[in-house]
Amino acid sequence: MIKVEHLNKSFGALKALKDINLTIHDGEIVSLIGPSGSGKSTLCRCIHGLEKPESGTISLDGEVMDPKDKANFERLRKRMGFVFQHFNLFANKTVIENCNLAQIAVAGKTKEEAEKTSMDLLARVGLDDKRDEYPSKLSGGQKQRVAIARALCMNPEIMLFDEPTSALDPEMIKEVLDVMKRLGEQGMTMVVVTHEMGFARKVGDRVVFLDGGEIVEENNSEEFFSNPKSDRARDFLSKVFYD
Amino acid sequence: MKDIFTQENLLFMLKGAGWSLLLAIGGLVIGCVIGIVFAAGKLSRSRLLRWIATVYVEIFRGTPMLLQVLFFYLGVPVLYQRITGTRMAANPYIVGLIALSCNSGAYQTELIRSGIQSVDRGQWEAGETLGISYRTMMQEIILPQAFKLIIPPLVSEFITLIKDSSLISNIGALELLYSAQVLGKRYYDYLDPLILAGIMYLCMTVFISWLSRKVERRMAVSD
Repeated sequence: MIKVEHLNKSFGALKALKDINLTIHDGEIVSLIGPSGSGKSTLCRCIHGLEKPESGTISLDGEVMDPKDKANFERLRKRMGFVFQHFNLFANKTVIENCNLAQIAVAGKTKEEAEKTSMDLLARVGLDDKRDEYPSKLSGGQKQRVAIARALCMNPEIMLFDEPTSALDPEMIKEVLDVMKRLGEQGMTMVVVTHEMGFARKVGDRVVFLDGGEIVEENNSEEFFSNPKSDRARDFLSKVFYD
Repeated sequence: MKDIFTQENLLFMLKGAGWSLLLAIGGLVIGCVIGIVFAAGKLSRSRLLRWIATVYVEIFRGTPMLLQVLFFYLGVPVLYQRITGTRMAANPYIVGLIALSCNSGAYQTELIRSGIQSVDRGQWEAGETLGISYRTMMQEIILPQAFKLIIPPLVSEFITLIKDSSLISNIGALELLYSAQVLGKRYYDYLDPLILAGIMYLCMTVFISWLSRKVERRMAVSD
């Protein structure tokens, strides 16, 4: 269980997050949605510790992630995997090397053990045949699937997705969402920052709608989309759906 | 042409060229190690480390190379004697290598720093989310990508080093230029040995340019 309490974060004069409180239960798929600049990506990055909060806490099963307590902080964040909008695959490493590196350097596995896990997960995202390609030779959708496999290689309990399909050509979005959907069906706890309303509605359990750095509305997915309560959410939904 | 180009004299010049090349390679390699260390210093969070790296770079970039060579050869032994009271015999080849390395290290510090900073910040973030240490990230991901970006200026640096190694002739190391001067003095003819030395420098530098183009093409596989 992830618990975010009284989280505040600013970039210079801009208040990106204002007193955020949020609980994410095990096995839940939570979609963070909202207009750009609403703070949804910042919230996602704060949960993993990529951004250091100004005040407030993030805890995992009751253990607070304190960046000053480095050993503990690193131990806790290892329970989470992170997927970036721009993939961030290691450009000088092949697909299989991307998957192996942290397993060997961080988890202390042998190369054979790492390779076995990597191939297993690459097969799950349907890219085991690309094992020796460099990232530059892959399409956007393939890159993102490798990035998901790479994160899964570290055996996380929670997966954080920061706009995983926003940098993709439209025809590649589905292949990535399919992988994520299957992951959710296997019981993975997921936090997904997304503009894919169809995904948030059908796959996500719950929607957290942010605007101006605040949580404006929080509800189960079906309820949120069919019956938004706040004006801002209604306004937002009327703009993203074209009918 | 003349009897100056005997086989013996040609070998003498070639040996000088060999020393020039060896000193330049040594300077490049040691300078590279220095460059990595001080580039890490320049990018460090510690103000002291940043300051040390900046002072080092400014001193070696901001004073003439010839002064540095003379300082290491003539100045340092005096300093040594003042401190320890014993004499120190300076070997011109070793001193020359040290001077070249320190000088090149300053230039390579800036090159490597700019290379590291040109690597996409997302690579660091990916490493962070996977729990990979700073050291492993540097070794496995950042430095290999940084070096690929800076191959062209590094090649220029190598070519500069081959030419700058001629400054070591001033302290009596028999590298290529000094070899030419020795022959010139012996035969009262400086023209031919100097032209030959020039041709030999050109052969080395043009070969390096050609080699670097080949390497760059091979490294392009992950682009």
